Amino acid sequence: MGTDANTQALNHPPARLTGAEIVWATLVGEGVTDVFGYPGGAILPVYDALRKFPIHHTLVRHEQGAAHMADGYSRASGKVGVAIATSGPGATNLVTGIATAMLDSIPIVCITGNVSSKVLGSDAFQEVDITGITLPVTKHNFLISRAEDIAPAIRYAFQIAKSARPGPVLVDITKDAQQATAIFDFEAAKPRPHRIHPMRKVEESGLAQAAELIKNAKRPVILAGHGIIESGAMEQVRTLAERAQIPVALTLLGLGAFPASHPLNLGMMGMHGESWVNHAIQDADLLIACGMRFDDRVTGAVATYAPKAKKIHIEVDPAEVNKIIKVDVPLIGDLREVLEALLPRISSRDGGAWLKTIDGFKGDSAVRDIKNLPDLGHLYAAHVIHDIWRITGGNAIVVTDVGQHQMWEAQYYHHEQPRMLITSGGLGTMGFSLPAAIGAKFACPDKEVWVIVGDGGFQMTAGELATIAQEGIKINIAVINNGYLGMVRQWQEFFYERNYESTPMVSPDFVKLADAHGIAGLTVRTRGEVEEAVNTARSAPGAFLLNFKVEKEDTVYPMVSTGSALHEMIRRPGGKDPLEES
Amino acid sequence: MLHTFVAYVEDLPGVLTRVASLFRRLNINIHSLTVGHSEQAGLSRMTVVCEASAEAGHRIQASLYKLENVVEVDDIAQAPSVTRELALIKVAATPRSRSQVFELVEVFRARIVDLAPESLTIEMTGVESKIEGLIQVLNEGEGRILEICRSGKLTMRRGHHTSGVLKAMSVSADESAEVPAEDGAAVEQE
Ligand SMILES: Cc1ncc(C[n+]2csc(CCOP(=O)(O)OP(=O)(O)O)c2C)c(N)n1
Ligand SMILES: [Mg+2]
Repeated sequence: MGTDANTQALNHPPARLTGAEIVWATLVGEGVTDVFGYPGGAILPVYDALRKFPIHHTLVRHEQGAAHMADGYSRASGKVGVAIATSGPGATNLVTGIATAMLDSIPIVCITGNVSSKVLGSDAFQEVDITGITLPVTKHNFLISRAEDIAPAIRYAFQIAKSARPGPVLVDITKDAQQATAIFDFEAAKPRPHRIHPMRKVEESGLAQAAELIKNAKRPVILAGHGIIESGAMEQVRTLAERAQIPVALTLLGLGAFPASHPLNLGMMGMHGESWVNHAIQDADLLIACGMRFDDRVTGAVATYAPKAKKIHIEVDPAEVNKIIKVDVPLIGDLREVLEALLPRISSRDGGAWLKTIDGFKGDSAVRDIKNLPDLGHLYAAHVIHDIWRITGGNAIVVTDVGQHQMWEAQYYHHEQPRMLITSGGLGTMGFSLPAAIGAKFACPDKEVWVIVGDGGFQMTAGELATIAQEGIKINIAVINNGYLGMVRQWQEFFYERNYESTPMVSPDFVKLADAHGIAGLTVRTRGEVEEAVNTARSAPGAFLLNFKVEKEDTVYPMVSTGSALHEMIRRPGGKDPLEES
Repeated sequence: MLHTFVAYVEDLPGVLTRVASLFRRLNINIHSLTVGHSEQAGLSRMTVVCEASAEAGHRIQASLYKLENVVEVDDIAQAPSVTRELALIKVAATPRSRSQVFELVEVFRARIVDLAPESLTIEMTGVESKIEGLIQVLNEGEGRILEICRSGKLTMRRGHHTSGVLKAMSVSADESAEVPAEDGAAVEQE
């Protein structure tokens, strides 16, 4: 809020507008400058009114892309992203993107058109019950059939999307409501104040207990999650870690919430986390969980999770507390506020012995680390990603897809700052990266944006290359092309006797595909070519695609298989290094 | 265990679906669900009874509160409360076989609310076990049961008004215990 456009909307005296105009006027009032969408019959009145308002609309190639763009926009900026679609198939195409935002708590507002209220429920052309369909994957949704209800619903939707634990909200507006008129009064449409969840509770005794546990802990670990970024608690977490000398383990979505280069940063935890991080958690006597929800990808087998540790859980959503892991001290509230209340009770502590023990866990695993291996002329995804990190100085926003490359990115691109890694964690949505990167670029036009995507996921939403071309935006795309649905192949390798059923994949020539869109590209086959290729992409004036033909059957290590305890990791085989030339 | 939640929800289209959908998502079967107007205009009152693990109560209550249209949720758990159910039972009975049914109705303190040549309808209010008792003896008798319509449970805490109880509990945990349990406790046992 507070933008010129907003002031314009606010100064706008209450006037009679069409419902379609009210949609835009309300968005302008909420500070929206960019939306992502796709037109169709039931939303046409809204599109017809667009030209009167200072909002840039990006025409996507598939509505799933619109939802992911709104999502990427939000993840990069912290603002609410907006997607627009027509009724029926337009609306259903949004669903994957909405669910992606729901599972990762990303605030987006989706606006859909629907058939006229008179025929609602009659199976009219392109009618679908989108509020019914999205009910379990939105924080809330609205079915609006009167022009006068539009502004209050959209304003309420923004409030819901942003408040407490953020998430997606859908506003479905019938065509007749878009065409009718009503008095638009932005101020009057303001929702009542957000109701704090009545079960949010941070008691003095809880804070005292937490402080006492921290004071007496010998082997504490902070578990840093996405909530740190959503709550803006980076400083507070850092202060806690530094003052009490507590090492920090991060979830995938927490990466960037605590600087990678910080001496107390252990790295990523969980299924593909570093071995010493998982060992530290399993050995800890105190876990301080900050804005994370003990997802099954970070706990391993729940029954054997951190058996020696007392657990403090600082979390804004009361429904997450004691859901998976029983905790000793729940502090249910906004993370930043809770830490601000807790910090005055924390005094400096000597953590040296425990940090040394964790260093010991590292053992020779750092030596086996792929990035330290000699260059043998092969191209490994980890090398590619590590080089991109080195060359961009870690200053690019990286948007990853889902699969092996996503895990390698998490391991080999080091994130110093929040909102610089954008990835679908909870839903693991292939096809997310390209559209999400477009959203991120609109949110941060001055930042360098890299997509790191598998050959499989790229083909799910590659149509958005045309969107990039039409919008003339600069995004660098690194396709990690291993000829497989790599992560699934890896599971087949470990758990299905290498029966590579339906995972080898024939793909088009991605450079030619880019070329067909007017986007330049290069294929890279050896490590020696990586640096120059990355620099070529960076210095190209427009979007650029790099097709990295990497080792086909490489594996993400370490790995905790489902059902195993967190410390029971499958390691890169020791004897013969799989990375050596045979 | 059996959980009972009392919820005040906004009286708007779709709210029942949102509440029901939450239980469906958790794969919890709803035993009974009653909805009706409450003492507050614009708010409906629901009693939801379901079978779930003891720990599930917290999560269900917390999740219900996350629904925008849910204003208040009380997890009755084992708290002192009054629970009633209404049943309408239609029994096949001719003028000759009626008298036996009349006797049972008398014993169970139920009422006959409709009398037709071939059937009669019994109205009965009470705790679940009492209604089940009547159904059982009717089944054992001559009159065949034609239809049963049960309201599901209606629950109210004893003493305090439900909305007051939550607030009172956060002030003083045992305040509600000071409320004298009236005759209700005994009635429920019968
Ligand atoms: C929409 C969707 N469908 C299926 C999956 C299951 N899945 C997870 S990873 C993966 C393979 C991804 O292959 P690719 O994009 O080539 O990336 P790689 O693992 O090879 O790096 C699949 C199929 C998914 N996550 N999302
Ligand atoms: Mg692949």
